[in-house]
Amino acid sequence: MKPSTRNPNWNVLGLLPAHLFMVLTLIIPIGIIIVVSFSTRGPYGGFEYVFTTAPYKRLLFNEGWTGELEFNPQYLMVVARTLVLSAVTTSICLLLSFPVAYFIALQRPTIKVLLIYLVTLPFWVSMIVRVYSWIIILGKDGVIEKALRGVGLVDNMGSLLFGNTAMLVGLVYSYIPLMILPIFASIEKLDRALIEASHDLYGNRLTTLRRVILPLTRPGMIAGAILVFVPSLGAVLEPTLLGGGKTMMMGNLIQLQFGGARNWPLGAAIAIVLMAAVMIFLIFQGLRSMRIEGLERAS
Amino acid sequence: MNDEAGHRAPGKAVEIKGVSKLFGTYQALKPVSFDIYDNEFFTLLGPSGCGKTTLLRMIAGFEQPTAGQIFLHGSNIQGLPPHKRRVNTVFQSYALFTHMSVEQNIGFGLENLGWSKDRRNARVADMLRLVHMEAFATRKPQQLSGGQRQRVALARALAPEPEVLLLDEPLSALDLKLRQAMRDELRILQRKTGITFVFVTHDQEEALDMSDRICVLGDGEIQQLGTPAAIYEEPSNRFVADFIGETNFLDAEVIAVDGEQATVTTQLGMTLTASHKKAVAGQKAFMSIRPEKISLPAQDNPIAVDGTIMGTNYLGGYTYYLVETGGTRLRISKRNNVSRGQMFAIGQSVKVGFAAESVRILGA
Repeated sequence: MKPSTRNPNWNVLGLLPAHLFMVLTLIIPIGIIIVVSFSTRGPYGGFEYVFTTAPYKRLLFNEGWTGELEFNPQYLMVVARTLVLSAVTTSICLLLSFPVAYFIALQRPTIKVLLIYLVTLPFWVSMIVRVYSWIIILGKDGVIEKALRGVGLVDNMGSLLFGNTAMLVGLVYSYIPLMILPIFASIEKLDRALIEASHDLYGNRLTTLRRVILPLTRPGMIAGAILVFVPSLGAVLEPTLLGGGKTMMMGNLIQLQFGGARNWPLGAAIAIVLMAAVMIFLIFQGLRSMRIEGLERAS
Repeated sequence: MNDEAGHRAPGKAVEIKGVSKLFGTYQALKPVSFDIYDNEFFTLLGPSGCGKTTLLRMIAGFEQPTAGQIFLHGSNIQGLPPHKRRVNTVFQSYALFTHMSVEQNIGFGLENLGWSKDRRNARVADMLRLVHMEAFATRKPQQLSGGQRQRVALARALAPEPEVLLLDEPLSALDLKLRQAMRDELRILQRKTGITFVFVTHDQEEALDMSDRICVLGDGEIQQLGTPAAIYEEPSNRFVADFIGETNFLDAEVIAVDGEQATVTTQLGMTLTASHKKAVAGQKAFMSIRPEKISLPAQDNPIAVDGTIMGTNYLGGYTYYLVETGGTRLRISKRNNVSRGQMFAIGQSVKVGFAAESVRILGA
């Protein structure tokens, strides 16, 4: 059905507020960030619009006194740490979430609702409070250290806080509900007859899990991976509170540039690099799922 | 497996011994016992909630009987998980693995049984040929029509050469024409493979068409077990006579019972002697007569009554007439082999007749 070419399609007007909203709150701010990232740092913070690619160069190089560029992996390390921590966070969440989601999906409806409510319960409490509580748990004389000392396992251990491990714990803790929910949804959607069919065709529990349940719940796992990986890349609270300021991730590095360091162009450049990383990841995933769906639709 | 393993009952594929099932306090199946023979097309027939699917699922191992035992070729399979039973199921929804191609679906069971790749491929090719799906080997189930999915589900369940094939209402999702074609095909497949088929359905026509023997289940117990002809011609009670095919029920009073024969006075006014099931002298009973066994108009029938045509239904090959007589209404079917449909008009007075041999007396 083709709309008449004579009359303009007025339906588009109905969507105009939504488009305007998107332009004002998403497109223009991103445009500003891009502009800032190609600007020169102002003498008292802020920026002056003089075109330069220096902020991007600054990501990889130090400028010597004579203007020569000298490779400096300082920021690259932060980017690498962010990517690795996010990837590890995503993997741990995936491993922990699947059994939890499967267990919940097997319960009676009333218990199911209760358990799903419990999974989302932490979201009702301020993120700062929740991440802060890990300082008490992991810190010197914290719950874990006291418990280990109590059973005589350790005499005097170094603080668990302020390092990659603490950040990882915080990240997994913060984002794991975002993994459990989509996996739970995909397990719920799974036709129980398929599991029976697998058993019927001489598949034991392990075979059924590996050959039937895992492949068929993959869309939920992919959705969960995106929901955990993307916010992990931009995490600010966990590195700030649990990383102790020294071990940085991209999120708090950006915050530092806009705040304490007063280097807006550099902060903007890092933000653009982070956004590009997320976009590349999402486009890759999108193409994959489009290919899978395409296969399923083609008939 | 246990002491029963030594004794192989020849000819008996499945033995159901006192099997019953409780869901909570609901008795889905009262204790039933029967045998299913080798190379037989055996049908479990009954209305929904009669326990037929529960029984099938207990043979497959998806449900555990509350009491009783099931034997597969003489060995007790009680307590064995589904993947250790040499039976395969064709599911109502087909339950094909959507992430696997047609050939991967068919090969799945063989892979789990540890068949080598070459042997597996050969078997999959044989199965595809058997169900005429060679051209679709690499397709995904979503790319197939309902009938094609049905064939793949059949091939997948037959590939591991199960001792018994269980079919859970496999035709119910197909449209009428296709269902008819698949009936013939199922029957041919059963003869070709020589595998015992246990078929569950609520469609009495399907059951009569395909089965060697039918077990009619109702209210969680066996109502009758026998060949299609026996079940249609000699129903053991009112439930079976009503559920299988169409019939006219008339009230009757039993005067005397003499062995297989009972003498009754019927609602139509006459007294007749006919074969009976569970009739007791002096008590009420039902007289059942099938629509096609009544002559319209009466020829030289031993029993004839006057009536009035109250309604007609033209169904192509047949026309049904509703005839009011003696305070009741009889449904009569007449083949349109000579006439072009309606031979009688509504309101017309007619004489209908039948033979006492066509009448069955069923105890109330």
